[in-house]
Amino acid sequence: MYDVIIIGAGVSGAASARELSRYKLNVCVVEKEEDVCCGTSKANSAIAHAGFDAESGTLMAKLNVEGNQMMAELSKELDFPFKQNGSLVVCLHEEEMPNLQKLYERGIENGVKDLRIINREELVELEPNISDEAVAALYAPTGGIVCPFGMNIAFAENAAQNGVEFKFDTEVSGFEKKEGAWIVKTNQGNFETRYIVNAAGVYADQFHNMVSDKKLHITPRRGDYCLLDRTTEGFVTHTIFQLPSKYGKGVLVTPTVHGNTLVGPTAIDIENREGTNTTQEGIDELISKAGTTVKGLPIRQVITSFAGLRAHEDGHEFYIGEVEGAKGFIDCAGIESPGLTSAPAIGKMVAEIVRDLTGAEKNPDFVGTRKGILDPKTLSNEERAALIKENPAYGNIICRCEMVTEGEIIDAINRPLGAKSLDGVKRRTRAGMGRCQAGFCSPRTIEILARERGVDPSEITKSGGNSKIIVGINKDRI
Amino acid sequence: METRELICIGCPMGCPLKVEMNGEEVSSVTGNTCKRGDDYARKEVTNPTRIVTSSVIVEGGSLAAVSVKTKSDIPKGKIFEIMKALKGVKVQAPVHIGDVIVSNVADTGVDIIATKNIY
Amino acid sequence: MLRQVYDIVVVGGGPAGLAAAVSAKRNGVESILVLERDKELGGILNQCIHNGFGLHTFKEELTGPEYAGRFIEQLEEEKIKYKLNTMVMDISEEKVITAMNREDGMFEIEAKAVILAMGCRERSRGALNIPGYRPAGIYSAGTAQRLVNMEGYMPGREVVILGSGDIGLIMARRMTLEGAKVKVVAELLPYSGGLKRNIVQCLDDFGIPLKLSHTVVDIDGKERVEGITIAEVDENRKPIPGTEEHYTCDTLLLSCGLIPENELSRSLGVEMSPITSGPLVNECLETNVEGVFACGNVLHVHDLVDFVSEEAGAAGKHAAEYVKNGAKHQPSAAKDIPIVATEGARYTVPKTINPERMDEKHTVRFRVGDVYKNCYVSVYFGDKRVIHRKRPVVAPGEMEEVVLKKEELAAFPELSQITVKIEEA
Repeated sequence: MYDVIIIGAGVSGAASARELSRYKLNVCVVEKEEDVCCGTSKANSAIAHAGFDAESGTLMAKLNVEGNQMMAELSKELDFPFKQNGSLVVCLHEEEMPNLQKLYERGIENGVKDLRIINREELVELEPNISDEAVAALYAPTGGIVCPFGMNIAFAENAAQNGVEFKFDTEVSGFEKKEGAWIVKTNQGNFETRYIVNAAGVYADQFHNMVSDKKLHITPRRGDYCLLDRTTEGFVTHTIFQLPSKYGKGVLVTPTVHGNTLVGPTAIDIENREGTNTTQEGIDELISKAGTTVKGLPIRQVITSFAGLRAHEDGHEFYIGEVEGAKGFIDCAGIESPGLTSAPAIGKMVAEIVRDLTGAEKNPDFVGTRKGILDPKTLSNEERAALIKENPAYGNIICRCEMVTEGEIIDAINRPLGAKSLDGVKRRTRAGMGRCQAGFCSPRTIEILARERGVDPSEITKSGGNSKIIVGINKDRI
Repeated sequence: METRELICIGCPMGCPLKVEMNGEEVSSVTGNTCKRGDDYARKEVTNPTRIVTSSVIVEGGSLAAVSVKTKSDIPKGKIFEIMKALKGVKVQAPVHIGDVIVSNVADTGVDIIATKNIY
Repeated sequence: MLRQVYDIVVVGGGPAGLAAAVSAKRNGVESILVLERDKELGGILNQCIHNGFGLHTFKEELTGPEYAGRFIEQLEEEKIKYKLNTMVMDISEEKVITAMNREDGMFEIEAKAVILAMGCRERSRGALNIPGYRPAGIYSAGTAQRLVNMEGYMPGREVVILGSGDIGLIMARRMTLEGAKVKVVAELLPYSGGLKRNIVQCLDDFGIPLKLSHTVVDIDGKERVEGITIAEVDENRKPIPGTEEHYTCDTLLLSCGLIPENELSRSLGVEMSPITSGPLVNECLETNVEGVFACGNVLHVHDLVDFVSEEAGAAGKHAAEYVKNGAKHQPSAAKDIPIVATEGARYTVPKTINPERMDEKHTVRFRVGDVYKNCYVSVYFGDKRVIHRKRPVVAPGEMEEVVLKKEELAAFPELSQITVKIEEA
């Protein structure tokens, strides 16, 4: 019998798990995929929003600003990449200045610090490649960029370190209410728990609706993105949004914490909750819109395109709390943008709800810090030489585009909740994330995964399930 | 009279060749713009041959497989028989370029030889 | 940190690096080091197990590993040092190379001359903007080639190939021979980028259809590829609605072009050609950074390895001359003359030529931008046409060349520009 079962190992579920591990509770996270960070959390803008966007007075606005304020400290505690690069909402037409002012006022009301409107001159100083049309911008120095995998994985690892159990490839099919407990039915059997946290992303409404008559309705809203090569580093240094207007919403152009440039997203409502396929129309739309706020965007430097699904609830609000009429069932639903930014605050809120319901005591053994995978690129040449002497695997480059060593890959595989697949290694180390998109390194990463996990290379997958890379040996069917 | 159509591989021009056959005999080649086209067409319709390359498993070496080839060209129709004959073939390291891996493969009179050194 | 000193460091131990090192040694430089990132010398030739290499160089038809083997033998005979599994992290303008491997850790090498021979990589699915899901089963042709030829693994059973470059064609045959079913090869352009011989012997021999002016418009399958949709494209290379055809398959191979790997060159400050994505070089194959030379696919993508060896041999020789001259160039009273590629010719290697420093004859290599039939390859010295060579056909897939002679150039002392172009008959 668990105290809490969290459905979903995305960033909300993982943040909740980590915060719950502060208490003496027996917590388990069930995840239908083979790894953490496989849904909405892995494919988004990777932005720590300042918090001027959400409507004042909403939970979304509150948690956004709180999450943003927690991010810097948390990124140190949990050792994940985060940078407060500041964001700019660019106004392209003089007549829209009142809207920029409104956005500024909303930000102030939401509690966003250091917000100000800057004129074109200052804007050009901050971003030399800004569009010639730009007249002014809302400047939010608290805006930031974060590695979404890094944050999600850090939460999960830290939770695991503090005793939270993770069950992967475990898909929830339904619930049964028992005296003082819930039975969670899954493809891996039934599990009993006192509390359920529903952090199921685009599926959260389905689980909610199984236990409540007050229905939620989530629409998967697809966002396509293009990621540009690190050679574009410095093209923009701030996150650049277009002020939404009658001319359209525009797409954002932002650096990533790793030096790429990211362009996106589109917003296309779909029905398929697994519909993460990009479309020609989507990519064409991005390419045509990307040049609106900046000039000379090197769009030809694109190294990959991807799509993510936002869990858009009709009310466009976060639904976090015990569900009416379903005692012990706690929603963490409707988590769309700014969900990633809000995650630290969401986790805290969920944990406080459970604490208040259970009266759980503090876990005296809780360790709030976690060390990430050592990135030798952050070391001096001398330190690096010493590291290789101690562990020669750090002298062996596997991914030549991102300069990832065998040492990092071995660490990614063998740490708690370690990588099992190529994508797992990629999200943890960036091996395969570069310009050749794993063309050179995938055979070598497969070899390392197979060796470290003690399995045959043919069992290594791209992302779990049936995503096999090697399907047989030569001539086996002739 | 039978007509065979081919694309010449002599150069990037890729002339479309027409070969008039009288039974086994070539009676004419047309469509070529040079002598190479004529030569190619005659060989290709009467006795097409190919070099077959593949790789086979090598045990105890620094690599899992060693590349191999037919030492000389073999009749085109024998390609798949040769591949079948290579199925399951395993060799022990070290292997040197030119080592015979399978002799007289698929009764062609041609040996399969290694094309890479594996230590 | 360990610091060593060499006269010449060659970055890359593939066909270009091997030939450059051997040539530098034979031209009188003793102290040479080759740095190779893979676990063996030979580069991409190790996985090109098909035959067709070496007709120019050795007057016989060899497979890739055999061709590499010949040069590796020469390297061993010349007792040239090399380090395997070694990644070059940085090259400074002072030609200090920072590299790394398991045994030596991080180390530095001071070189008098550097030869860049890092080769190229394949254009990925992402760079091609192919829409659809991102499941397992999508490989660059080269990745599949490595898995099949060097590791003995089948990456798939039912295959669609996009791109009719030579690697794609070669892999169509390899996959077929190893027991897979190759359903179709789609090519975006109205002509194939591969050699005719490969189309005949890799596709026609096995009844594999080649669909020109077609591209992949959708990839289906969440975990593993389940199907590929291709469509015909119009003259702007945009898919034509209504022409979609769906193929059930578990694999998509991509053979859509090669990109020189010049990240090191760029950070070193080497000036690049936007056409080739390789360095701009003079007739010594030297970049704008003095004493830094480039050859092989890092300079411009070749279709024949024989020409890579030839070019690399020249780079090695010039690097050796530079070193022997006290890390200086022989002074030349003449100015470098720019070579301009225009009207059908896309680029030339080299980009400039020094009429005094050049050899008696110099081969200028270039590619054309389209297929031209019954045309002339022309060279102008200023506005005077000096070469007018009839060609029945030229195509982007086959590298072209013209030979410039020192004595001819000497007759144009005031020459300020050489032009290479394609002229219609």
